[in-house]
Amino acid sequence: MSHGRDTSPKPFAVVAEFGTADALLEAAKKTRAAGYRDMDAYTPIPVHGLTDVMEWHDDKLGWVVFLHGCAGFSLGYFLEWWTSGGIAISNTALQVNGLNPYPMNVGGKPLFSLPAFFPPAYELTILLAAFGAVFGMLAFNGLPKPHHPLFNAACMGRASSDRYILCVEATDPRYDEDEVVEFMRSLEPLSVERVMTSEGY
Amino acid sequence: MSGNPTPVDKDLLVGQHTDASLDATIGDIILDQSRHNEPQVKTPIKGLMSSPWQIMFGIGFLLVNVLLLSITMLIWNGIGVWGNNQPVGWGFDIVNFVWWIGIGHAGTLISAVLLLLRQRWRNSINRMAEAMTIFAVMCAGLYPLLHTGRPWVAYWLFPYPNWLGMWPQFRSPLVWDVFAVSTYMTVSILFWFVGLIPDFATLRDRAKSKFAQFAFAGLSMGWRGSAKHWHRYEHASIMLAGISTPLVLSVHTIVSFDFAMGIVPGWNVTIFPPYFVAGAVFAGFAMVITFAIPLRKIYKLEGLITMKHFDWMAKVMLATGLIVFYGYIMEVFYAYYSGVPFETALLHNRIALKDAPYSWAFWTLILTNGVIPQLMWVPKFRQNMTVLLIVSTSISIGMWFERYVIIPISLTRDYVPGAFGFYSPTLWDFGMFLGTIGLFIFLMFLFVRFLPMINIFEMKELLHQKTHDHGHDEDHASGQPEEVLS
Repeated sequence: MSHGRDTSPKPFAVVAEFGTADALLEAAKKTRAAGYRDMDAYTPIPVHGLTDVMEWHDDKLGWVVFLHGCAGFSLGYFLEWWTSGGIAISNTALQVNGLNPYPMNVGGKPLFSLPAFFPPAYELTILLAAFGAVFGMLAFNGLPKPHHPLFNAACMGRASSDRYILCVEATDPRYDEDEVVEFMRSLEPLSVERVMTSEGY
Repeated sequence: MSGNPTPVDKDLLVGQHTDASLDATIGDIILDQSRHNEPQVKTPIKGLMSSPWQIMFGIGFLLVNVLLLSITMLIWNGIGVWGNNQPVGWGFDIVNFVWWIGIGHAGTLISAVLLLLRQRWRNSINRMAEAMTIFAVMCAGLYPLLHTGRPWVAYWLFPYPNWLGMWPQFRSPLVWDVFAVSTYMTVSILFWFVGLIPDFATLRDRAKSKFAQFAFAGLSMGWRGSAKHWHRYEHASIMLAGISTPLVLSVHTIVSFDFAMGIVPGWNVTIFPPYFVAGAVFAGFAMVITFAIPLRKIYKLEGLITMKHFDWMAKVMLATGLIVFYGYIMEVFYAYYSGVPFETALLHNRIALKDAPYSWAFWTLILTNGVIPQLMWVPKFRQNMTVLLIVSTSISIGMWFERYVIIPISLTRDYVPGAFGFYSPTLWDFGMFLGTIGLFIFLMFLFVRFLPMINIFEMKELLHQKTHDHGHDEDHASGQPEEVLS
């Protein structure tokens, strides 16, 4: 298992469990005010305002979707323009491989029929933008990821149901486990737990 | 789902609910599999009791076998087993294709358009409607696929480098259709799956059996509900909704172009795109109602899919139905006002009581799609399950006749009297049609049994919103678990 690095369990985070979204939001504000930076929360529903409290922002996804849409649109029109005889290819090797254009005269319309070529380009715009949104979201979130140290916490079993979990990660510059536990207790949560990484990870 | 929505209507979530009770109400339909097999209904066989799920699944299964038989007959003998022949090259196959695609529009409309409009009543019906979309598009896709005659080379429809050196003819609405329908199918599945991820995580944590835990852990892809993840998740959802809205409008528009771009009298009409889209929403909502009524009864979901939902769905149905009815009137008016003899002849052929062999279909359409839905003006009928079921079934029939009137009937008599003809479907046409209805029922009941039919996390959001808007009032326990309250 070992590849020369230490894979024994290490402290990963301290988590506190709350019963409502409002209690969590209140606690998150206090935690941020106490100076902790590497925070996260685990909730069954999206709690609005949490990322603002955590002073964490990310709008890369919008650009990913926009660029994917642009790519789909250009790809669609390029395909239609080129296959309708946009450029003649003299390379025989490409022709043998079926990569030559196939110009068709349909009712005397121009070979590059801009309006009639719109629907396929439009559908490809939407298709690629949707891929960008879904796969971009998963990629930025680091999913799929079946193993995560947080799953070692007992309270995480209800984080998808009716519990709201606040977490301060060990990467925080001010992290001192006993201090964090003490601080979390002062927020009056239902429970506080130390989370270790799993053996071998 | 986003921003500061309008206050939640109290009646959208009836009963004393908490986060955990919502998990139980929705999640346990899947986690407690014995619920589907409780013998509650008497069968015609004496002494044999069955469950509603078994009966519906059985019907679906039988009809899926009819479908398989019909497809086998078709592939073995060629499409001559169908009734299409000159002059009617598009018969039941295209009628059914358009009918199914239309039904498949409510899902994306409810998920995407109502999300953008911040209509929170979508939360308890969107999952079911999205499933219907996917299954309806699957049924729809079968028809053009089999109508090609050689479905095993259906990939010829897509542009790919090939040794024939040929490419699709991109000016053809039929090629647009390939792009539109395949994009619609893909995006609908993605949207559906994205919505399911947090619910899979809930089911994973709630499941008792090792197998269910393992399966839902895989499907949830390790979702842990991190605030950062939720942030991107909501961002992705709203963008998906934003790009699905023009998509859903474009799909039926392009389907209507299959006709409107042609020169057949009765097809070449500019009103087709909006009127087809309205018809699709109309048919889609009717199908959602048809399935929601029995499902909420069987699985006791009256508190989640409430009378308010039916009221609003009926209103949407009434509104889109009026647009469609306006479309019928306009078609008649265009044919008359254009002065084109072929259009006028077609009008006669559609509606006249004499010398018009198919006018019964037109009048059935007016009755089922135009007259009967007017019952929805009456508030009492919008609250009556029997009336709703009758009206929504009537609309499904009516929407089928609409396509029948437009497609084969226009083709029977177009320009040259020497080429006039008749169309009559064969046994295998009916076999395919019944078969796809069976496939739809079959898939819907598999879905109900194995996936959460109501979006769990969005219902929790609704519950929280309601708690915020109306306080901790008497008809509603707060979102907090009891231990915290005490």
